[in-house]
Amino acid sequence: MPDNGPVVGVLALQGDVREHQRAVSECGLRSALVRRPAELAEVDALILPGGESTTISRLLVAFDLMGPLRARLAEGMPAYGACAGMILLSREILDGTADQRTLAGLDVVVRRNAFGRQVDSFEADLEFEGIPGGTVRAVFIRAPWVERAGSGVEVLARVPEIPAAGGAAGRIVAIRQGCVLATAFHPELTGDRRVHQLFCEMVRRSRVGACR
Amino acid sequence: MQADNSSIERQIGTARVKRGMAEMLKGGVIMDVVTPVQARIAEDAGAVAVMALERVPADIRAQGGVARMSDPDMIASIMEAVSIPVMAKARIGHFVEAQVLQAIGVDYIDESEVLTPADEAHHIDKFAFTVPFVCGATNLGEALRRISEGAAMIRSKGEAGTGNVVEATRHMRAIRTAIRSLTTMASEELSAAAKELAAPLELVREVAAAGALPVVLFTAGGIATPADAAMMMQLGAQGVFVGSGIFKSGDPAKRAEAIVKATTFHDDPEMVAKVSRGLGEPMVGINLGELPDGQRLAQRGW
Repeated sequence: MPDNGPVVGVLALQGDVREHQRAVSECGLRSALVRRPAELAEVDALILPGGESTTISRLLVAFDLMGPLRARLAEGMPAYGACAGMILLSREILDGTADQRTLAGLDVVVRRNAFGRQVDSFEADLEFEGIPGGTVRAVFIRAPWVERAGSGVEVLARVPEIPAAGGAAGRIVAIRQGCVLATAFHPELTGDRRVHQLFCEMVRRSRVGACR
Repeated sequence: MQADNSSIERQIGTARVKRGMAEMLKGGVIMDVVTPVQARIAEDAGAVAVMALERVPADIRAQGGVARMSDPDMIASIMEAVSIPVMAKARIGHFVEAQVLQAIGVDYIDESEVLTPADEAHHIDKFAFTVPFVCGATNLGEALRRISEGAAMIRSKGEAGTGNVVEATRHMRAIRTAIRSLTTMASEELSAAAKELAAPLELVREVAAAGALPVVLFTAGGIATPADAAMMMQLGAQGVFVGSGIFKSGDPAKRAEAIVKATTFHDDPEMVAKVSRGLGEPMVGINLGELPDGQRLAQRGW
């Protein structure tokens, strides 16, 4: 890996941090763990991993990361959030806890635990806009979905409109807005690196101007 | 168990979904709670999940008698009180208690030695369930036997309800040392190692190649302070269960939050020192030498 290439931070307060780190390194970029404001200042992009969104939100506040992270996002730092990460990046949370804070990096309203409890967690194949080579195997774990998306938000994947999907049919589960990408599911849990490659490509392009 | 074999539709209860749920809990603290009020205190302190039960292990010890699955009403009231995952305990081998817990919709079942075992020979066939299971282990062989029965997460047994971390230390070290030892073995030595561990060769090979269990490893049993939690994390735990240690202490909300922070910053002594200040009375501990053999919970199960 080139020493001067961009460094992708992985927010390491709680969650499946190592899996995202491994995925980034397999995509050919350097990675670093971020738990402190000084560590955030040194990365070029940030992944918010899967985990418990209420826990991560509290720790972001407790360790003085909420403000600096909002500021970096406002400056256009590329970010990718998976599941809990998508919740944290949203503008508004439905079914969250009363004091749960968000980073407002994406103009979306998300519903937490939208698909139900763990016994309802599932995997399925999804068509994913902008990812070549066929469907993506998506692992949904007590996952959120996007309830409403602003006009600047690009929808990349939805739950297939099949009878088995029930009330979830057609729900938005992957989005992009500017330099920020989010999925309701966990590509880091499968060996398929195409979603992380898409993000790493956005990170590389952000260095020469636009993320896409 | 794959409930649905069609790839174009959704599959629930797959190994990836069960083990993946535990991956999302990593770096977090799971707290025992006995009321909805305690559950909300745990959630507000930053717990990644709560374990709903009628009595914490310290009280089960003190009161004696047969300890069973909790009243479904009580578990349901905790599920309504918080939005984080809710776990509940079934007795070792009591597959009907597990069926009941799955029917209620709990997010994880702990097949636990803290309750009185219902079967002295057999653990639950955990592949038969959609809900994932966590099981206790004192060594690598025991961990691999539980995984071969379908456990999607392993925790050290420690010695629950004592506030004494010494057994959790022993179990974490035993598991990690045995894993390290497997990684140095020649391929032909793994067969004898599997025999020694009384575990399936296929799993032993997987652990030797990866240098880690194929599922998430937490610690449990006797953790009472932020320093206890940080020590277990430095010994290789990926997260922490705290049973009696929080709500048997002087200031549960403060202690809970301190243990959460110490778990995240387990490798930063200054941070562990900072959160350890002024926590009030810890739970009263029990020295293991004072426990008669029959009251050692870690000896339950095999």
